Amino acid sequence: MAKHSRLVRIIGRAILYLILIVGAIIAMTPFFWMISTSFMSLGETINRAWIPQTPQWGNYAEAWKQANFGVYFKNSVIITTVSLLGLMINSILAGYAFASIKFPGKNIIFAILLATMMVPESVTVLPSLLLVRGSIIPLPGVDSRAFDACVGAGGQVLACQFQNFTFGASWLNTLQALTIPFMANAFSIFLLRQFFQQMPSELYDAARIDGAGHLRYLFQIVLPISKAPIMTVLLFGFIGSWNSFMWPLLVTTRDVKRPIMVGLWNFVTEAGPQTHLLMAGAVITLIPILIVYFITQKQFTEGIATTGLKG
Amino acid sequence: MASVTYKHVWKRFGEVIALRDLNIEIEDKEFLVLVGPSGCGKTTALRCLAGLEEVSEGEVLIGDMVVNDVAPKDRDIAMVFQSYALYPHMSVFDNMAFGLKLRKLPKADIKQRVEEAARILGIEKLLERKPRELSGGQRQRVAVGRAIVREPKVFLFDEPLSNLDAKLRVQMRTEISRLHHRLATTFIYVTHDQVEAMTMATRIAVLNYGVLQQLDTPQELYDRPANKFVAGFIGSPAMNFFNAKLERYNGSLAVVTDHFTLPVPEDRLATYAQYEGKDVIFGIRPEDIYNPQFTPPGITVAPVKIKVDVTEMMGNEIFVYWVYGKDEYVARVDPRTRYQIGEEVEVVFNMNNMQLFDLSVDAENPPAIR
Repeated sequence: MAKHSRLVRIIGRAILYLILIVGAIIAMTPFFWMISTSFMSLGETINRAWIPQTPQWGNYAEAWKQANFGVYFKNSVIITTVSLLGLMINSILAGYAFASIKFPGKNIIFAILLATMMVPESVTVLPSLLLVRGSIIPLPGVDSRAFDACVGAGGQVLACQFQNFTFGASWLNTLQALTIPFMANAFSIFLLRQFFQQMPSELYDAARIDGAGHLRYLFQIVLPISKAPIMTVLLFGFIGSWNSFMWPLLVTTRDVKRPIMVGLWNFVTEAGPQTHLLMAGAVITLIPILIVYFITQKQFTEGIATTGLKG
Repeated sequence: MASVTYKHVWKRFGEVIALRDLNIEIEDKEFLVLVGPSGCGKTTALRCLAGLEEVSEGEVLIGDMVVNDVAPKDRDIAMVFQSYALYPHMSVFDNMAFGLKLRKLPKADIKQRVEEAARILGIEKLLERKPRELSGGQRQRVAVGRAIVREPKVFLFDEPLSNLDAKLRVQMRTEISRLHHRLATTFIYVTHDQVEAMTMATRIAVLNYGVLQQLDTPQELYDRPANKFVAGFIGSPAMNFFNAKLERYNGSLAVVTDHFTLPVPEDRLATYAQYEGKDVIFGIRPEDIYNPQFTPPGITVAPVKIKVDVTEMMGNEIFVYWVYGKDEYVARVDPRTRYQIGEEVEVVFNMNNMQLFDLSVDAENPPAIR
């Protein structure tokens, strides 16, 4: 009887591992193909090879140069940094307010906020575009349409008079258009609010008696013990901003403003895609994500120390 | 060091009334314990004093100053919480120093105060540790230390021992009492544990449903409870209550119940005379019931027949339970007593310590007849 059940257990385990291995292969294959293709010659990509005969290390340098990746990379870093900064400030403050501060209409506002999570991006993209073009409400800024008139056909800046600050500007081709829409999202606020809500109220009471107000309590007590959710928001925010493609494509018309994901599109030419360079470019764009992922991964595992509360 | 006064304090949470017209005057250097069952308003009263809750009506004074609109940090109080509420990411030193840093005290002063408090509490060696590296008792000490360094006028304790095991609780109880003598400051202490209240307090305020039931010394509360609630709450096991009538008996007065008739001692006759013929509650503490073999001299005893339901050997005493109808009663008798379960025995009540409560005033919580 014992032998029989042991056999069943071994078979069960074997089937389980088999399913997991198949799943892992399915998940890993595109990734493997991307890296493999990034080392191929153009001919090999056309012949749909799996492994390059001689790794073409030069693909990376060529991709970087040919697509003007330096500019795109710099743009992406700026856009992502500014977006994340805004995202963190807004999400932390809003999450804290929803968790810990009483104000009229709090639950209704929070419900509306949550409802926005259900709306797909493709539905809001057109209204958002009209918004940043200044077609719905007047936007403050230097009108980028005026700036466009100052750029020559080859992208060189012509000597021309810039318009002054106005309240009827279009934000197309501006940093605002690329960052502000990413500076708050319902998911981040929701995630932080849920975590902040678990903080024992006595911790705030103790801080109040010690002389702390909401802001000091938030920054000196709550945030240091909220590393895990903050890293989660940071990671998701980073991936979202770094990987965004459709939105930057819509709100930019000039390469000098475009981020790296849009830059990848340069390898799709009228003569067909240069797949080997496209994949080399894709690997380059992936590196920062991997770095951020591994940094935040470590923070996740450190866990949350709330052991100062109760025995 | 300061007195504390609650003047006609009301606290409402929407429809719920947590405090009803609370009036307490706490003297300087007093150790006042607020005690009562869960939801009686004791913690709310403490939080109103700390400034963590606003009072709905009335005034709270620290010293001569009304503090209703004063921020918690400016009230010159310190509070020890039930969950300790230590900042988990800070070392013990930083936990204790946090409030002082916010008050912008010089670093040398902060260091000196923290080290002094740590020395008093015997936690000098733990200053670099994080709260998670401490035992429950050590965390408790850190929480007390955080209060001490502020050198407040009033110390507030919100059930600080309820997360500790029984042995440590007894130890910390004596430590807090010692601390009170050493610091000679006003202590206000909230607990639901009447043993803590009795052992530590100079005076106890008993609350129920947001109403102050009695404010007195532990001995007075025990000997002369103001009403049935206080009588039942103070003392463990709780006082036994019997529905009774005061009737004329052999030219004197007697307490008559369905199960026994007991003559009233002579010194109480004058007090109880006007209640003749009235329904009352008769109360007797378990420790005022004796096995007749081991009755101390000099008390007025009255015999009662009981049928033993359960006995519990405690070592230094025996709890004997019996039942009348649906109600259970208990006696604490001499440990040499040998009663068998089911046995019908005679016990005696010490009538000198009997209590009577006047049902005609309040049927729910009748006041004691004095």
